[in-house]
Amino acid sequence: MIRGRAWLFGDDVDTDVIIPGKYLRTKDLRLLADHVMEGLDSEFASKVGRGDLIVAGRNFGCGSSREQAPLALREAGISCIVARSFARIFFRNAINVGLAVVEADVDCKEGDIVEVDLSRGLVNVGERSFQGTKIPAFLLDILQHGGLVAHRRLEAAASHGDEDGMGRSP
Amino acid sequence: MTGQTLSEKIFSRAAKVEARAGQFVMADIDCAMIHDITGPLAVKGFYEISGDDGRVWDASKIVMLFDHQVPADSIKAAENHQMLRRFAGEQGLLNYDVSEGVCHQVMPEKGHVLPGQLVVGSDSHTCTYGALGAFSTGIGSTDMASVLATGRLWFMVPRTLRLIAEGKLPSLVTSKDLVLRMIGDVGADGATYMACEFAGPTVSAMNMAERMTMANMAIEMGGKAGLVEPDDVTLRYIEERAAGQEINPIKGDDDAPCTVRTWEVDDLEPQVALPHNVDRVEPVGRVAGTKIDQVFLGSCTNGRFEDIELACRLMGNEPVARGVRMIVIPASRTEYLKVLRAGLVERLMEAGALVESPCCGPCMGGSFGLLGPGEACLSTSNRNFVGRQGSSEASVYLCSPATAGASAISGVITDPRDIQGR
Repeated sequence: MIRGRAWLFGDDVDTDVIIPGKYLRTKDLRLLADHVMEGLDSEFASKVGRGDLIVAGRNFGCGSSREQAPLALREAGISCIVARSFARIFFRNAINVGLAVVEADVDCKEGDIVEVDLSRGLVNVGERSFQGTKIPAFLLDILQHGGLVAHRRLEAAASHGDEDGMGRSP
Repeated sequence: MTGQTLSEKIFSRAAKVEARAGQFVMADIDCAMIHDITGPLAVKGFYEISGDDGRVWDASKIVMLFDHQVPADSIKAAENHQMLRRFAGEQGLLNYDVSEGVCHQVMPEKGHVLPGQLVVGSDSHTCTYGALGAFSTGIGSTDMASVLATGRLWFMVPRTLRLIAEGKLPSLVTSKDLVLRMIGDVGADGATYMACEFAGPTVSAMNMAERMTMANMAIEMGGKAGLVEPDDVTLRYIEERAAGQEINPIKGDDDAPCTVRTWEVDDLEPQVALPHNVDRVEPVGRVAGTKIDQVFLGSCTNGRFEDIELACRLMGNEPVARGVRMIVIPASRTEYLKVLRAGLVERLMEAGALVESPCCGPCMGGSFGLLGPGEACLSTSNRNFVGRQGSSEASVYLCSPATAGASAISGVITDPRDIQGR
């Protein structure tokens, strides 16, 4: 169960506002985190706390394939992104770097405490529950291992892992 | 059993199953592309997965090049290039380094993409190669790390949105105007997780440059890929570039399930995407007269010879308007040479434009040609998000090369049809 304070964003939050192109030459994740969401809120990096969540509208993470976008959010302390929908590449990248994502249409206020049950795709805000989309079991595995790199290592270590690495067919 | 779409057939071949939309498959990758921005993270991930003495799955199926920060614009960029060069050398990969141009022009141009293939690149505009009838899609660095190590990747087989265009594009209305109109109508997330298949008589009549512009923009409506079914235009393009390679053009079945939308283009006007969303699309007349500070003619969307030639035709022998900076960047060395040999570099330089060597240029938003606060840029590229080309207080309008050329000499956003015959 993931539990944290919510920051609200609207529709079409793109990767250029999550982390602008001018910061991409660095491999320093802390520097990325210091500029996260700068395009929408220049104070965000200083306000966000470890374990906080983002609750957003449609098409979160649209645009570039830059994995620095979910990395910057993860490094800034964001524990989970709840959005009405995600752009495809961002969704994959987030899971691959171990940042939890769940598709759900959640109605809440900024600062509300939000609880996410990833395995059930369920989001709770106080007494209210919002049923989101459950992610396939093999993606949940990748998330729970902390991302694709750790997942692949575990796979390689398991001598009789399933051949296609996707677990059972979702 | 109903038929299969082009995408389902390509996944069936690559995953050795009968692939249907919605199914998760593990597929073999035919070719993978990495560049200087997302490559370093992919290489780091590769070594974390494979260990320090790891070897890539197949060096002959990986292409590396640098295009976002070239020539190196900072010591950090130079270090990234060094690291990638070392990796290419150790693994025996083909590395075009800084010399060839923008990845999405170079890959098809050098024969690395064939119809029916499954291609991935660690760049969102990898969807461009679908113009050749390949299934080609952008992935992140960690997915790429896994591909470098194993040559395989999981996919959800996408549903297909068939975007049909009928009629003949009017004079000075281009495939860019058409795809902008389609994005405006479908919305920035209207095709999320779908394969956008461009079809119909208008698309059949397009040359490869025009088709690449369409496929390139599929991601701007959320598409996982943009495809055009291979035909004679495709085969001619391929034969010139991939001589001797086995070609297996796959076509979709007529009865394959898909969503269909149709556009009549006979009366289509030049279109502009307004700041700061690619789906805020209006006919150019709505913003004609808007003052601009910079014009960018280039990028993987519209940096080909045909694009630059069209813009030059609109400019005639007129100079770039006072107070406007015009930056022209042919998308590849090959395209640059075509522009040069046609005498267009000289004409652009005489007009006062800056003609830069092939790279992503201002579209990268961090290298050069950046905008200051309050400035407006008219750009033939593909994104106009806040901060995309510099200051987060700048505005970017997206347009066709014809509109860019007409506006460069006017100093304000201009309908190219108003310039013709002047």
